[in-house]
Amino acid sequence: MTDSVARPSAARAAPAGDGTDEAARPVAIVEKRWLGLTVETWQRILAPLAIGVIVLGLWEFIVRQAGIPHYILPGPLLIFRTLIADWGTLSGSLWITLQITGMALLAAVIVGGLLSILFTQSKWLELSLFPYAIILQVTPIVAIAPLIIIWVDDTLLSLLICAWIVAFFPILSNTILGINSADHNLVNLFQLYGASRWQTLIYLRLPAALPYFLGGLRISGGLALIGAVVAEFVAGSGGTASGLAFRILEAGYQLKIPRMFAALVMVSMSGIAIFLVLSLVSHLLLRRWHESAMRREN
Amino acid sequence: MTARVSLTTPDAVAQDMAGRPVVVLRGVGKRYSNGTLAVAGVDLDIRGGEFASLLGPSGCGKSTVLRMIAGLGEPSAGQIDWPGATHDGRGQPVRDVGFVFQEPTLMPWATALQNVMLPLRLQKVPSRAAADRAAAALQSVGLEAFLDAYPRELSGGMKMRVSIARALVTEPRILLLDEPFAALDEITRHRLNDDLLALWARAGFTVLFVTHSVFESVYLSQRIVVMAARPGRIVADVAIAAPFPRDAGFRTSVEYADACKVVSARLAAAIVA
Repeated sequence: MTDSVARPSAARAAPAGDGTDEAARPVAIVEKRWLGLTVETWQRILAPLAIGVIVLGLWEFIVRQAGIPHYILPGPLLIFRTLIADWGTLSGSLWITLQITGMALLAAVIVGGLLSILFTQSKWLELSLFPYAIILQVTPIVAIAPLIIIWVDDTLLSLLICAWIVAFFPILSNTILGINSADHNLVNLFQLYGASRWQTLIYLRLPAALPYFLGGLRISGGLALIGAVVAEFVAGSGGTASGLAFRILEAGYQLKIPRMFAALVMVSMSGIAIFLVLSLVSHLLLRRWHESAMRREN
Repeated sequence: MTARVSLTTPDAVAQDMAGRPVVVLRGVGKRYSNGTLAVAGVDLDIRGGEFASLLGPSGCGKSTVLRMIAGLGEPSAGQIDWPGATHDGRGQPVRDVGFVFQEPTLMPWATALQNVMLPLRLQKVPSRAAADRAAAALQSVGLEAFLDAYPRELSGGMKMRVSIARALVTEPRILLLDEPFAALDEITRHRLNDDLLALWARAGFTVLFVTHSVFESVYLSQRIVVMAARPGRIVADVAIAAPFPRDAGFRTSVEYADACKVVSARLAAAIVA
């Protein structure tokens, strides 16, 4: 519940019933705020946080009680200490993984965006090329990654290509859907005023496609990270530049399980951060006009 | 802000055109690619400055006729002529129409002002001049306080006003409206009817108004063209002689009731036939 409803309490004196008492007042809806956030926002933050704390506490308790050795399952406190102690090595790898993810996502936005415009402008292009985009999407990246790593000399570039292949399809398919779902009457209106194809694209189809594109972008952000990690697992070594996946593999070989978990935590946190940033971007771009970014009373 | 005069005073050209046909339909028919004959043998002259309605039941092809006049879909038979129209580079007559859809059909990502500026922007009018003319058009429909409002911040009636302002901003020779107020509540509809009549009286453009409401068409029009379905065709052309300006008093007058009776009878005969 977001709203608290102001009502007279039952403990009060009996209402006069003449239209002048408390009960006759219109029901006021007041949104209470603590530290600038509404009750709903606090619930959104606190409820998952509470579950997290409980699970972590239980985990730590079980590990200690059962005396599970740390090379089988480290407790959360040890993982946290390892994260601090190994921050020097791990943060360098995090940076590399984030770079690959970021560049792959950027490439996905550019290629996916341009291809979707091309596909919607030319039926033949879409008919002849879209099936291949689907093939690229449905073939597991783990299966193609070894080939790409063999063909492309530069490891960083091969990882980038793998991450890009995974990330670009949601942007492509969503943006195509968006460009094609512009209001039919608005399309007619543009036709009526003799708008060129270019004008219709710029003033109508691209703005109409924006919410769809942003939906695809949020999916692609997570996929780019997954693609980057998976490709590095397959590559087995990042050469001079080693990302988080390589740290996980390396720690596994050396039975440094707490470090493995620490790197894993960093991958998850990166994924969450990417999702939050892209959600914020989406909200900022759509808040003035789109249904998804609106708060309604009812 | 330089308000354009033609939305507030009669346009000299429009006055010159008064009484002479603006658009002429001869034997116009429309058969869709699936074989359905939507409209057949429509002969119709719309005269400059008049307020005419196309009245008929759903599916009688009145919207199809309106859209063909607007250039949205070519007739499959007959022809549509534009006497007195200028011609473009390819020798095609410049239609010079404003169109109001049944839905407001606004771009949700654009403000009221930007929506009304759209036709001018598409015609490459510099944005400064376009903004001034769009503001004047919004003022003429009583929305001068809502230039920067997004469509979602406006009521249904206000959105329709924006739509009308957008159709008028290019100062078209003929305004085509496709059941524009059908989705609005009755009180709002009556107000918009009066506002449309006031705009028409001031600016002197030609109106072709599609509706399925006998009462609305009688209240607004000088002339009602009654259509019947299967295939869509014109079955009657009724003149409504009542003088303008018309107001709420007209709705309760004997004249109005009689005119409604006549038009309803024509419509009923068309549906039975």
